[in-house]
Amino acid sequence: MSEELLALNKLSVDYKVKGGYLSAVNNVSFTINKGEIFAIVGESGCGKSTIAHSILRLLPEHNEIIKGNIFFNGEDLNEYSEKQLERIRGREIGMIFQNPLDSLNPVYTTGFQVAEGMMLDNISREDAWNRVIQIYNDVKMPDAEKRAKSFPHELSGGMRQRVMIAMMIARTPQLLIADEPTTALDVTIEAQILNIIKTLRDEFNTAVMLITHNFGLVAEVADKVAVMYAGEVVEQGTVFDIFDNPKHPYTKLLMKALPRRTKSEGRLQTIDGSVPRLTEIRNGCRFENRCPYVMEICKSKDPDRRIVTESHSFCCHLEGEVRNNE
Amino acid sequence: MNDSPSKEFISSCYKNRNFVLGFAMVLSVIVLAIFAKQIAPFSFDEAHPKDILVSPCSKYILGTDNMGRDLFSRIVYGSRITLQVALLGAGLQLVFGVTIGLVCGYFGGLADRCLTFVADLTWCIPGMIMALAVVTIIGSGLTNAIIAIAIVNWASYARMVRAKTMSIKNQAFIETGISFGEKSIAIMFRYILPNIVPILIVTVSMQLPGTIMSTTTLSFLGVGSQPPSPDWGLMVSEGINFISRGPWLCIFPGLALVYTVFGFNILGEGLRDLLDPRMKSQ
Amino acid sequence: MSEAVIELKNLKKYFTISKGFSTKKIYVKAIDDVTLNINKGEIIGLVGESGSGKTTLARVLLNLTKSTGGNVVFNGVNLSKATRNEMKKLRTEVAVVFQDPASNLNPRDTVMNSIMRPLILHGMPKKIAKQNAVDSLELVKMDVRYLNSYPHQLSGGQLQRIAIARALVLNPKVMILDEPTSALDISVQAQILNLLLDLQESFGLTYLVITHDLNVIKYISDKVAVMYLGKIVEFGPTEEVINNPKHPYTEGLMAASPIMDPHDRDKEKYIMQGDPGSLINLPSGCHFHPRCPYVSEHCKDEAPQIIVLPDGHQVDCHKYAAVKSL
Repeated sequence: MSEELLALNKLSVDYKVKGGYLSAVNNVSFTINKGEIFAIVGESGCGKSTIAHSILRLLPEHNEIIKGNIFFNGEDLNEYSEKQLERIRGREIGMIFQNPLDSLNPVYTTGFQVAEGMMLDNISREDAWNRVIQIYNDVKMPDAEKRAKSFPHELSGGMRQRVMIAMMIARTPQLLIADEPTTALDVTIEAQILNIIKTLRDEFNTAVMLITHNFGLVAEVADKVAVMYAGEVVEQGTVFDIFDNPKHPYTKLLMKALPRRTKSEGRLQTIDGSVPRLTEIRNGCRFENRCPYVMEICKSKDPDRRIVTESHSFCCHLEGEVRNNE
Repeated sequence: MNDSPSKEFISSCYKNRNFVLGFAMVLSVIVLAIFAKQIAPFSFDEAHPKDILVSPCSKYILGTDNMGRDLFSRIVYGSRITLQVALLGAGLQLVFGVTIGLVCGYFGGLADRCLTFVADLTWCIPGMIMALAVVTIIGSGLTNAIIAIAIVNWASYARMVRAKTMSIKNQAFIETGISFGEKSIAIMFRYILPNIVPILIVTVSMQLPGTIMSTTTLSFLGVGSQPPSPDWGLMVSEGINFISRGPWLCIFPGLALVYTVFGFNILGEGLRDLLDPRMKSQ
Repeated sequence: MSEAVIELKNLKKYFTISKGFSTKKIYVKAIDDVTLNINKGEIIGLVGESGSGKTTLARVLLNLTKSTGGNVVFNGVNLSKATRNEMKKLRTEVAVVFQDPASNLNPRDTVMNSIMRPLILHGMPKKIAKQNAVDSLELVKMDVRYLNSYPHQLSGGQLQRIAIARALVLNPKVMILDEPTSALDISVQAQILNLLLDLQESFGLTYLVITHDLNVIKYISDKVAVMYLGKIVEFGPTEEVINNPKHPYTEGLMAASPIMDPHDRDKEKYIMQGDPGSLINLPSGCHFHPRCPYVSEHCKDEAPQIIVLPDGHQVDCHKYAAVKSL
């Protein structure tokens, strides 16, 4: 039933800087199946957006080195030429960003911009336009016909994000990468957008890679979760694995830092210190300087991936069995 | 770790080729101006009636003019005038432009509308024509020429400062300042101005060449410096009468001017890249 | 009984905008007839979508902008009638921390100068002010070695601590916290929230916390005021408002707020439709009626009056008119 769609195998992204490399993403492996909502969650600067951008080779600077494999439907995107990738972008893998206003062209109507992508696939102008209206209704755009003829600045933030989603699903991609899609929106609008994403998954079996710092979103929609810290996936599993049975000290502490009680029920757990900067990363576990259970070995040796169940694994020296063969 | 922004800035300066080259060129002009007495073999107004219009030779490196004055010495002394123009001109424009820009940007309202209108007006009249008009009213002379150019140019500073002020004044640290009781004048000069300084430095060095050129043009037209001043513009204008017999009379002051202006220009470009990465030319 | 520190009586703040050459002025009612009492030592949460007037309310309290009508009474002093001296004293008694850590401090001032500035402004000699700056830095649990740092050298969490230290330095009675943690990561958010609670307890401070994050409100505040399009539609004890929302808007807001436990996701959820309205084109009658699931003809014609329910809970909805008469 679960068919593999996207598989990252030991993906690393290094930035070349004067006198060395900065490891922005280190040794990340995970698999997204068809029709699955896969959340990558982590604090700012942990490399979650870098992963998303490196999948479509959209990193802004060209001084990065990408190692490892990105298998999409069994083919390694890292070996694709720029031309082959262009065919993947938009058609097979769609992407929506945090700020939809930056991603929309201010001088064209939103409907035209959505139709434009479809016309690339040799669909006539008229058919494309009708389809736009239909998709606008799918994403619950109020007053679809009128909004299709509006320019981006005439729409509210929530409506713009709907346009972005419409633009992406117009070509029915197999994977939708959503990079902080609701961060700039009010909670009420956020709930509406999440609902649309869930409906899409159910209707078109689109897989969604949801990148967020908000555990609330994860709890709300994700099937599987990868928790990132300082460029590494420290723990991954189903959403219930992560919320009910966190194994990595970072995940454990985070779960207690989430404000889900009142102050009369006791204070929140905090994690002292802050995320190391990329320039400060040394050998060993990257969480070592903030970890309450830190041991000697953590400072020198990278922890191995330990498995709890088929779906649940984490990287820590502390407990669990070492997985023998990767 | 605890380097102030200015310290960090200085260390990054060495790496910028434009900045280093421009700085060296401008510095050489400054040295020339300070040590003019020591460098120049003669005084700028010392005439040698026997050596009129001598072409460059070992005694007069750059030749002499129609009154037998040593051209090299005159150019060296002329650097003082050019720098004076640059300093005074920029100073005047800054004081006017920054104050008006701050007040307009911070308070807004009627004063802002009036002053912006005046600034817009100065842009509607060709600068040189307006400067000539001003000089005609207040009389010729170097100082008046500088004032005239300042009257033409202050508006570009005012506009820049106004725009910057408007964007900074809504930031949280300003509102916090007001909430614990800062007065408007302190907000403008303690909070906003320091945050405009980097871009102001860039603007000054980008505007300086223009200021020098305009003032030189006024001198060339005869309404700026008056003879026997060794103003480079005036020297070119006097040399034109002898262009066939003594072409060096126009060429060398002109070259000196090009050198100085070019120096300020690339210094400005270097500073812009250093201080405001977003404005980078690429 | 507890005494009121801040009393808002029928507070109004209208902005005027004129369009083009037409002389007709349009009123933007950012705060429309708000009455609210904040007692000493209480933490009041103020929630609402963007554009609901929350921040304008904070700005009126801070005297950054003049109100159009009504009164703000602070410790018995009416803000609009305060003398110069009273005003100067008021400036020391209300402090503020804004959302964006990066713009909360003057980028050109060292930490030391930023913290000392309010003291020096109110006439304290430099030497004593320096000592006070060090003390308040210790209050927010920051190392004194940061005194000579510049804001760009510090992380978001550190900047927010310094902003709190500066707010505390004048020994204020009331702190206004405008989205104090929404720009921070989860692990840092917990640190700052706990710090704020500790400070509140040890100094008996009164907080007005403005945020759109209901989970934060739930954790930190004693009472919640819900704002919609310039009006406070519901006000009451936190647990009452969150667990037993009375106003349809509060209900929608609570439902939209991300859950913090994936086991809750299957619960039937009411998703409020529509965008937050605009203050420029206010709907007639009850401002909420275009989005309200319980709307009746009456709501479109007549604005509801504030009704105090038997449990001390205030609500601004026609639904409860019947309750009042009981």
